[in-house]
Formats: sequence, structure tokens, C-alpha cells
Amino acid sequence: MPNAPDMLFRTLADPTRRALFERLCRDGEQTVGALTARAGVSQPAVSKHLGVLKQAGLVRDRHEGRQTHYSAQLGALAPLIDWTSQMAGFWQSRFDRLEDLLKRMDQ
Amino acid sequence: MTKSATDARSVVVEREIPHPPEKIWRALTQPHLIEEWLMRNDFQPVVGHRFNLRGDWGGVLDCEVLAVEPNKTLSYTWNHTHADAAYNMESVVTFTLSPTRTGTRLRMEQVGFRPDQRQAYGGAKVGWQQTFAKLEQVLARTD
Repeated sequence: MPNAPDMLFRTLADPTRRALFERLCRDGEQTVGALTARAGVSQPAVSKHLGVLKQAGLVRDRHEGRQTHYSAQLGALAPLIDWTSQMAGFWQSRFDRLEDLLKRMDQ
Repeated sequence: MTKSATDARSVVVEREIPHPPEKIWRALTQPHLIEEWLMRNDFQPVVGHRFNLRGDWGGVLDCEVLAVEPNKTLSYTWNHTHADAAYNMESVVTFTLSPTRTGTRLRMEQVGFRPDQRQAYGGAKVGWQQTFAKLEQVLARTD
């Protein structure tokens, strides 16, 4: 399994995809048709983006008749905000400060 | 995310630093230098010394020195008591310095445990301390 934060960042790096995800977060479950109407790209493009979001666990689809409804899965963002990610970020920034300090100690 | 909720969580940050271990050791162990890169503190490089790290955000960490091996290893507890017990953090931070051709490889490992795993953390050190304290109580009672 690829590194979860990497996959999430890569998935959300695309602005169209991020906009689709944000709309689902904001407005709740929607059909592909409704999403396409406001996406500014074709329905096949929207479907493709939704497929990538689904692979990353960021959205879930539900089939009802001929319609597919998509909803955001906020739990998928957990790897970005969990303890280990937070602490790793904390220590990286502190190590930056440590290196700055070590440079000053030379003088 | 196959880790179970009760597993120990660990963070490793490693970096090649173009300075000798002796110099980095000073930055890791002298309070006025620690303050410059980490937090305000009353640290002393003495095993068993209890101290606080005080963050700019007002947070206070309760720490106890677990291991001191000059220029090589420094380890202390890194505990934070939160108003909501569910957010309590109990962890151990260990710095390891290895000399390289151009300086030092500095490795920081932080291992965290959930409060209900109190017995497991600190390489069992605290568990043993508690065990010994209880043993002493028991022995005192059997006098």
C-alpha cells in the first residue's frame, strides 16, 4: 500500500479534483450529473476524477437506478491530521531551527 | 491504517547535520540552547531529573530524563496532560547521534502510548518504578 498521506496529497493536488471533493464536503451527496453541471469539464472527465478520489478513499459511490451518487469520506483525511504526522512535522520544523542555531554557534 | 488503536505509535525524524556530535550535544542539553530551537525548559542532563518544556502556545510538557550518554544518546519522557483525558499524551523521545564523515546523523524517535498502556512505556522503566514502589509498600506492610 502506498504511503497514505502521499496518495492523499497527490489526489488532491489536482484543482478540478479538489474542487469536486470540496463540493461534496460542502453540499453533501450528489450525482455525477449534478457535479458535472458545475465542474466546467465533461462528464467523462468528472467520472475519471471521481474514480481517482474513490481509489484514495476520499469518496464513496452509491448506485440508485441509473444514477450514481457520490459522497465525501472525511475519515480518509485522518492520516493527514493524525498524531504521527503532526509530530513528524513538529520535529522537522524544530530540526530546521536546530540547524539554524548550530550555524550561529559557529560564530 | 491497519494499526490497531492501542498500538504504540512511533515517529522517526533523521537528518544529516554538518556539525560534530559534541556541538549538537550541547544544543540538546544546555537549557539556554534548548530554548532556542525547542522550548523553554529547566532541563539537566541527569537521569531521573524531572523538568518541563513550555511551548509558546502555553502548553506544558512533563518530562523526566531516562538516559544520558554524552555525545551519543539522550532520552526523556514527553508527557502532556490534557483537560480531556482522551487527548493525554504519554511518550518517550530519544535522540541518537552517530558521527559521520561530514558531521553527525541525528535521529529522533518518539514513541507514544495511549494512557491505558501506561505500563508499557519508557522501555518498561516507569512500569518497573511503579512495580518497585508497590513492592516497597508491600515490604513495608509485611514488617
